[in-house]
Amino acid sequence: MQVVIIGNGIAGVTTALALRKRRRDWGITLISGESDAFFARTALMYVFMGQMRLKDTQPYEPHVWQEKRIERVRGWVTHLDVASRRVRLDDGRTVAWDKLVIATGSTPNRFGWPGETLEGVQGLYTLQDLETLERAAKDARRAVVVGGGLIGVELAEMLHARGLPVTLLARESAYWNNALPSEEAALVTAVVRGAGIDLRLSTGLAFIEGDACGRATAAVDTSGARHEAEIVGLTAGVRPNLSAVSGAGLETGRGIRVDSLLRTSIPDVWACGDCAELVEPGAPPLAPGRVEQLWYTGRMQGEICGANVAGETLAYDRGIWFNSARFFDLDWHTYGHVPAALDPPDAALRQAVWMDAPRRRLLRIVERDGAVIGMNSLGLRQRQAVWTRWIAEGRGARDIVAHLDEAVFEPEFTGRLAPVVAATLKEQMV
Amino acid sequence: MTPGSIPSQRPAAVRLGAALALVGLVPLLAAALGRPVASGAAGLAVAYLPLFAGALLLAVGPHLGRSGGVDHGGTMRDPFRSRRWPAWVLAVLLTGFYTLVYWWPRHLDGLVRQLDPLAFALSRQPASEWFLYGLWYTLAVFVMGARMALRHRGNPYQQWRTGSVVFFQLAFGFLIPQILRAFQQPEFYFTYFWPLKKEYLFPADLAGLVAGGGLGVFMAVWGVVAALLATPVLTWAFGKRWYCSWICGCGGLAETAGDPFRHLSDKSRAAWRFERWSIHLTLVAVIGVTALVFASHFAGGGGVLGAMSGTATRLYGFVVGAVLSGVVGVGFYPLLGSRVWCRYFCPQAAILGIIQRFFSRFRITTNGGQCISCGNCSTYCEMGIDVRAYAQRGENIVRASCVGCGLCAAVCPRGVLKLENGPVGDRFSGPTTLENSGKLTP
Repeated sequence: MQVVIIGNGIAGVTTALALRKRRRDWGITLISGESDAFFARTALMYVFMGQMRLKDTQPYEPHVWQEKRIERVRGWVTHLDVASRRVRLDDGRTVAWDKLVIATGSTPNRFGWPGETLEGVQGLYTLQDLETLERAAKDARRAVVVGGGLIGVELAEMLHARGLPVTLLARESAYWNNALPSEEAALVTAVVRGAGIDLRLSTGLAFIEGDACGRATAAVDTSGARHEAEIVGLTAGVRPNLSAVSGAGLETGRGIRVDSLLRTSIPDVWACGDCAELVEPGAPPLAPGRVEQLWYTGRMQGEICGANVAGETLAYDRGIWFNSARFFDLDWHTYGHVPAALDPPDAALRQAVWMDAPRRRLLRIVERDGAVIGMNSLGLRQRQAVWTRWIAEGRGARDIVAHLDEAVFEPEFTGRLAPVVAATLKEQMV
Repeated sequence: MTPGSIPSQRPAAVRLGAALALVGLVPLLAAALGRPVASGAAGLAVAYLPLFAGALLLAVGPHLGRSGGVDHGGTMRDPFRSRRWPAWVLAVLLTGFYTLVYWWPRHLDGLVRQLDPLAFALSRQPASEWFLYGLWYTLAVFVMGARMALRHRGNPYQQWRTGSVVFFQLAFGFLIPQILRAFQQPEFYFTYFWPLKKEYLFPADLAGLVAGGGLGVFMAVWGVVAALLATPVLTWAFGKRWYCSWICGCGGLAETAGDPFRHLSDKSRAAWRFERWSIHLTLVAVIGVTALVFASHFAGGGGVLGAMSGTATRLYGFVVGAVLSGVVGVGFYPLLGSRVWCRYFCPQAAILGIIQRFFSRFRITTNGGQCISCGNCSTYCEMGIDVRAYAQRGENIVRASCVGCGLCAAVCPRGVLKLENGPVGDRFSGPTTLENSGKLTP
């Protein structure tokens, strides 16, 4: 039995390892055009900042691939032939499969901005993006980053750390308030500005100017302001990378449509990670599914996918939603569902927020019908297991507030904050 | 900071520090060459005051004015910290200094004589090469400790721990032993025990202390209680960190002066395999030496047994005490990282590690499935533990070698790790990812 996995990111690699655990004698081949070795995409920023070497981002030593007998093939898949069960690579080689897993990840969004193909204009997703950025940063004097999400702030931090003045353009009126409530967005805005980033809100990219050699020289925003820059980072989100599967006959929407077992529309072909579009069981045909583009969802989907390729029938269930990020040195965690500032008001929701603006700490609890459905924290580390248990059990906000100590995940010797937070939150819940 | 501005690469404090250090270096080198620019306390002050102030400014300067949060940016590009030629020069200087201290101290005579006024003030005796070594060691811990504490403001664990190693080195590693000498007492180090200070359990040495009466009896009892009772009890309660990254002088130097080099530790499986043999072989060696010394003592001290025990003690002292803990252990900081001695050879760490691995309440808790496998934790683990390998599976970290420095938790960009103590039984459990949760078993 020969299993071929396209893509050696977190989803593809996790699939391979989960499959090997169950099937000792199957052939497993990992194909990647991007890199020989699996690396943590999440750490590319630290490589650029000189905090880690590329080698340090690789979660497994080379001997793991030999010992697990996972064959690695370097090349970009250009064509997928379902009838003859082969994939063709950009150098003309073909690889045969009995079972196929597609884990091709994402590709950065572009919106047809004038000048977006100039030299110096780029996203940050692949290893090649990092190499391009490394070259560009050598001669650049200023940078503009477009996009008000998590990657935007990371790219701004990266360039700033290398000594480049950075202008950050975001469409929202406060940083990332299409995902964060207004207090959180305000705090993050203050942190980004406090770090020295020239953050321009309620504005977007209009076009990019270039010189005679085709190199970017400036970005002009929608307010007409011109920002000189030799590097223009585009971080306006990502979309599933379907380049390897186009024309193969797989059912696709935004991504490769899969059922809860991560099966595609073609037998013996699975998809997982960023490139998969999860269709709810019983959903009408063509109804849009869910695309999850997080590290941990890629890992969990890989675990499920590996088990199912091996012959098990496990439905993907990611459990209580969580996410985390860091804005410069400000930690953000969220568990469950917290509506954003821009969401329409919902009378059934009750919220309580404790905030310590000078020390940049915040804790928010969201309750619906007497049960907490979500929380946000900034500058505080909390226990995921405790919060997800509380949310899963449908615990009320008053009950949780009385037990906040159980969820604290701060370093030892941190003063006991829970009583202060609890008092504030209780007041708001009266 | 104003929008659009970037931090200065060389703050004024750093430039001032470099100037002061150079001013102090001139009289220091003059003294080393036997031509001191001034005699007595003046000769000491003219070199050490500007050197100390300059070193302090150089160490803390780059970290002044930052908002908080640890910044390791640029580490891999710094020639001193990425095994390029300046690192080799530094390693040669450090190993050279150790070589002189151990085997050719007369070449350090100029520097030693310069310290006589201070040595007289503390111990009413002239300075020796060991006084010079102890002073430089303590100054390094103090200066780089200030850097460490400033760098980690906002992390109380790091600040308390750094304060602790600086205090124990200054008080128990330097001042108290010197002051004891002033009162004709044995130069006793209360923060070192068997097997790191193997003599503290040797029968002849114990007898010698007891014979001195008074304080000597207390020292003898202290050494026995610390090695046989306090060590297991405290390690059970807090993990080996209570010693290795809170009290120990070797650990103190590694956590302060060694901090810039912590990422150089080897994370490969090959290094881990070597470590397990080397550290436990050293432990076997020190137990063997101690057993021989006991056997020889109770057999009357002479004869073949006496000769064997003498040879074994000297050989161990040379290989382990001088070469491995000093020349290699500290001299190779810029090449192999700050914990070479502690990780591969320290017999004290071996014992604490065995207790920590099998009987301790200490663990590093992994916070659910939030690890993004970035590898900052493994990169900055000075003991070469592949922390990420555990964290990305949602497993707690329980390892014999972990000294509990807490840097993995401090550098984690997702708040995934926390050092803590709890019931021994549940340290391996805790939140897990899907793969380990049993959810996958149909």
